[in-house]
Amino acid sequence: MHHMSHAALPAAVVLATLVGAGGFGGHAQEYEVSTASRGVDLSGEWTPVREEDNTGNTELGDWVGIPMNEAARLRAMAWVASIQTLPEWQCRPHAVSYISRGPSQLRISKEVDPVSREVTAWHMEWLRSIDKAIYMDGRPHPSENAPHTWGGFSTGQWIGDMLRIHTTHIKEEYLKRDGVFHSDRISVNQFLIRRGNYLTFLLVEYDPVYLTEPLIRSTEYQLDAHQNIPPYPCNVVEEVDRPRGVVPHNLPGTQQYRDDVRDFANRYNIPWDVVTAGAETMYPEIQDRINAARAKP
Amino acid sequence: MRAVLLAAAGFGIALAAAHGRAQQPRGSIQEVDAVQELDVVPVHGNIYMIAGAGGNITVSAGKDGVFLVDSGIAGMSERVLDAARRLERQAQLKEPPIDLRFGAETRGTLQSSLNPIGPPKPIRYIVNTHFHADHTGGNEKLAKAGRTFTGGNVAGDIADAGQGASILAYENTLNHMSAPTGSQAPTPPAAWPTDTFHQDSMKLSHFFNGDAVQIIHAPDAHTDGDVIVYFRGSDVLVSGDIFQMTTYPFIDVANGGTINGIIDGCNRMLDIVIPEFRMEGGTMVVPGHGRLSDGADLAYYRDMLTIIRDRAQALIKQGQTLDQVKAAKITADYDPRWGVNNNTWSTERFVEAVYKTLAPKPGKR
Repeated sequence: MHHMSHAALPAAVVLATLVGAGGFGGHAQEYEVSTASRGVDLSGEWTPVREEDNTGNTELGDWVGIPMNEAARLRAMAWVASIQTLPEWQCRPHAVSYISRGPSQLRISKEVDPVSREVTAWHMEWLRSIDKAIYMDGRPHPSENAPHTWGGFSTGQWIGDMLRIHTTHIKEEYLKRDGVFHSDRISVNQFLIRRGNYLTFLLVEYDPVYLTEPLIRSTEYQLDAHQNIPPYPCNVVEEVDRPRGVVPHNLPGTQQYRDDVRDFANRYNIPWDVVTAGAETMYPEIQDRINAARAKP
Repeated sequence: MRAVLLAAAGFGIALAAAHGRAQQPRGSIQEVDAVQELDVVPVHGNIYMIAGAGGNITVSAGKDGVFLVDSGIAGMSERVLDAARRLERQAQLKEPPIDLRFGAETRGTLQSSLNPIGPPKPIRYIVNTHFHADHTGGNEKLAKAGRTFTGGNVAGDIADAGQGASILAYENTLNHMSAPTGSQAPTPPAAWPTDTFHQDSMKLSHFFNGDAVQIIHAPDAHTDGDVIVYFRGSDVLVSGDIFQMTTYPFIDVANGGTINGIIDGCNRMLDIVIPEFRMEGGTMVVPGHGRLSDGADLAYYRDMLTIIRDRAQALIKQGQTLDQVKAAKITADYDPRWGVNNNTWSTERFVEAVYKTLAPKPGKR
């Protein structure tokens, strides 16, 4: 686990930097911002090493570590995986809020102005996803009436050798693959730190609709010179034969709504009021509640 | 009847005011008019969305002139007209006139180089997606500033046939805006639709700015007169208030709106939508209010409404009353994003409308 020890240090530095800056959104002037031609070269083929909370293998009702509010929990309880068999749900990529949490390889390339040789944009492409541009040329974000995409609209700036990416105009999408959604009002800050052949990829997500606090997650990538992200075509098919207009969901009061979502809590003997505690589950003190509940006869 | 129409007009004005407040929280609608800027958002090709004038307005600007879907609130007409002219001018600059210099000794280059671009072409058509004043308030001024296509027998028989843009709508929209002879209409005759239809759809008889234009009736949705407009070449759908990105849909039950009609309208549009790649882009959808959207956004909206409808329907089947359904908070998981509470519309009234249009009518089993 050599890479994990490398991961801890930059993450701590980033967090200290962010806390010291007094927040993430709208405080660009507080950073010492370099010009677009500075920073480090991020381009290359990167393969995911692992992230810290097993996002890729989500279990039903596993909501710990997510600062979700009551509305988000109710929505997750009503969620049924079968909704993803609807034609409109097939072939969707993961949005920017989730894609770096999935087991997808990443290609980063740069767009260089042929005259000034400045990097005017970075491009990120994950397997099963879409090209995502990060503009470094100072262009503004679109108006609030502009469309939203899975990748959103991103601008970047260097903070020393750390690339800070600010993304808006993101579509509604899940934060975890068990019905925990964010809204289309989410904004995401990403922080990329390269240390030789390793890349730390930090996500800080703000959703005024479904999150009570920023959700912070990190992923590690390793450079892989033999990697080539293949094409990933997708066709919409009839996955389930159902009447037109049916949208799968759990009705309140049904067994699925009431009992099945407790699968994770029951399997790991975690109290239901801990699983549903939202932001509290991000902090170490939640262990005390778990232990106290388990200690009860 | 007159009272109903006046009430409808008042309702429409109130609705326009409410939408204005939603986009600009401070002040009355008049104050909003004074400070609000229009936001012109490119959609596809010659198609643009204008936000900030009440309901969203869709503009097709090109060689054939200007085609509008909806006209916003009356107080914003001048700005909308100015925006439409700018877009038309922009289209002309992008595609200058055909060069006719060749083959004629009389056609020198100097003449056209003095000013090769003519004045912006006028508004030719306005489609009203429904009758509410935040979508039809600009009809009178905008139509008057325009000039429709006419000629032949029509121009010969009717002297003023070419004056003003044509206003197209479903028949019920005209009924809501007009009144029987001898009665006071809620809107002036100059604002009324000039061409209506009462069947499933209407097709413009010719391409406009390269687009085939289809106007599709969505029965009993937001009102009883809703239409969806499809620009087939540019691949743009205009939903009217069947779909909006701001709040739960306003279901105008008093004027024929139903939750199932709205869901059907969304599904009708989803049948048309083809995404460009990975379920985004491709067919773009201009909602009645709020940001420009695509099929994925529309699908999320359809999903939400279907889920809420199903919850209400299940409780109604159990024999629960309206108060019980309200107490069940069937929208709680969507309220932080789509909830609304103003003088005209609220989440509570949305649930009421859902209930009323699903519950068996008295005397029926």
